[in-house]
Amino acid sequence: MEKFVCHCGIVAPVDQVDVNTDVIIPKQFLKSIYRTGYGENLFDSLRYLDEGVLGQGAKNRAINKEFPLNFPRYADASILLTQRNFGCGSSREHAVWALRDYGFRALIAPRFADIFASNCVKNGVLAVELPETTVKKLFEALYRQPNYQLTIDLQTCRITSDDGINIVFTMDPSIRERLLHGWDDIAVTLQEADAIHQFELQQQKKYPWLWSPLKGQSR
Amino acid sequence: MKQTLYDKLWDHHLVKQWKDGTALIYIDRHLLHEVTSPQAFAGLREENRLPRRPQANVATVDHAIPTTRSERSAGIVGIGDDDARLQVQTLDEYCHYFDIRQYGIQHAWQGIVHVIGPELGLTLPGMTVVCGDSHTTTHGAFSSLAHGIGTSEVEHVLATQCLVRKKMKNMQVVITGQLPKHVSAKDVVLALISQIGNAGGQGHAIEFAGNVVSELSIEGRMTLCNMAIEAGARVGLVAVDDRTVDYFHNRPFAPSGEYWHRAERYWRSLTSDTDAYFDKVYSMDVSEMEPQVSWGTSPDMVVPISGKIPDPQAQSDAGVRSAMEQALTYMDLVPGTSISDIALDRIFIGSCTNARIEDLRAAAAILKGKRIAKSLKQALVVPGSQQVKRQAEKEALDQIFIAAGMEWREPGCSMCLAMNADKLENGERCASTSNRNFEGRQGYGGRTHLVSPAMAAAAAVAGHFVDCRFIAPEVAH
Repeated sequence: MEKFVCHCGIVAPVDQVDVNTDVIIPKQFLKSIYRTGYGENLFDSLRYLDEGVLGQGAKNRAINKEFPLNFPRYADASILLTQRNFGCGSSREHAVWALRDYGFRALIAPRFADIFASNCVKNGVLAVELPETTVKKLFEALYRQPNYQLTIDLQTCRITSDDGINIVFTMDPSIRERLLHGWDDIAVTLQEADAIHQFELQQQKKYPWLWSPLKGQSR
Repeated sequence: MKQTLYDKLWDHHLVKQWKDGTALIYIDRHLLHEVTSPQAFAGLREENRLPRRPQANVATVDHAIPTTRSERSAGIVGIGDDDARLQVQTLDEYCHYFDIRQYGIQHAWQGIVHVIGPELGLTLPGMTVVCGDSHTTTHGAFSSLAHGIGTSEVEHVLATQCLVRKKMKNMQVVITGQLPKHVSAKDVVLALISQIGNAGGQGHAIEFAGNVVSELSIEGRMTLCNMAIEAGARVGLVAVDDRTVDYFHNRPFAPSGEYWHRAERYWRSLTSDTDAYFDKVYSMDVSEMEPQVSWGTSPDMVVPISGKIPDPQAQSDAGVRSAMEQALTYMDLVPGTSISDIALDRIFIGSCTNARIEDLRAAAAILKGKRIAKSLKQALVVPGSQQVKRQAEKEALDQIFIAAGMEWREPGCSMCLAMNADKLENGERCASTSNRNFEGRQGYGGRTHLVSPAMAAAAAVAGHFVDCRFIAPEVAH
């Protein structure tokens, strides 16, 4: 997994509550069997005025000029500022793949949906939760200044900017560790193979029906 | 120490817990489908890893497959959509490669993953269940600790049989009163979400309790738990009782003989202790409840059938107000409109929320001897599994639907998420028994209203929303 230590980048706004994963990446793009290639279709129904088709590319599509990500000043954005309950709905990790593929390394909102937040960690995307009032201030600062940049340092859990923003955020310590080191979660868990094996032995004694082989024809 | 049902299930699956609360939870059953698993299997192969316990995994195809008889009868090669065919083929190849049981496109047990799990006894009380699908909450209806997970977690579970988790908080939703006739579990859960909001259960495992829950069938409890995620809760639960135990009698993979008795003894311990502590408690009385209809683009935007489209101006929270305004624009609705004045283009009866036999019976009871409105472009009935389909045909429910002018399809997720050809056209409006009314969910520009099976059937007859109790047989005759 990609590490997240410290990141400085341009901030783009998606100023809506309850942005669900169907909006982040619509269903027609879930037919890909790969982890990459979703960036062009991030927020597809908001970014374009026509219906997107898997694999068609962004050329020749009708752009929605009113959607902030299409404003030239946000073209190089890598931090997304948004509202509460971002990522609600479907568990599709494609939503995080699309955000990462597009170029986002960090997301800031008052609250993220549970499954979406787990998916972020697995992909080295930092999802920072801040109080509503702080997020509101960041939106105001962002709307005031073009090319508004923030620096998010996960080592110190601090967000800073040239205009004097200095915010301390909280982050679950184990998630922070995982992100700082870019650990492969599976490799970390496999170090506990003995504990897992012991659990399995106990379970076989206590709840043996859970270990009955599945019989009969499949496929 | 008094424990909640969730506390018990958590403790019984704890492999290891670190000081900060991060834990390894053992997973008993992993369900897979064609859309969220290919990347996980590819990851395993790239790292030269093998599934730790192939027998704990079971796959089926549901999300992207077509539902027409003609496409389905030819198996994988019959899938017209190249991308969907590749997904199904990829799952098939990986299941073969990693020796994972799959109920494939032509298997007699194929169906929506959350329908076949319980009906086959692949998911049982007391199990931990995961699936790369948020509606995995469904299996909590019989006290299995069931989480929806992302694809990286699918890979993690395949490789380690564990999930890295922190324990959630406990929330209890107590549902009491006398549920009026033709008002269903779907109406209850839609009303609940409208009251506590789409994040009302976030960070919590919700246990549904109260006399109404006890009186619900296991199918109804599944509908309830299925939509816990629409209230933001990753886990929904109902305690084990006689109905739970009865439900699993003679299921193909339920324990039998001596194991049955041991299992039953264990299952009956799966209830919250009296006076167990819940971080949050929400109570609702359903005696006066009407059938519910969603009007917007979030599952908490719901009103009773006698209600009207609400006015965003009455909202004090700016975020809520602007979300409502955006929803009304998308849905092409104006405040003050009566729900019963909303005309429909399509009807969808199906999905992991409402495609079990009981749901089809409820819809058929309304539709018997009636024709769907001429103004409708299409009315689809998509059973949740091959077993549900066969049972419905045995009861001649399919004949009622077909005689009414509806289409009787092959099992799959279908128009719930429109990954196949079953979708709304731009601007079309649908009464749907599914779980999400998000923008574009049922097709680009499509407008979804979430309802119960009886309400979808009633809307099919009328061509617009109508209280299903007005056209229910005992009222009409």
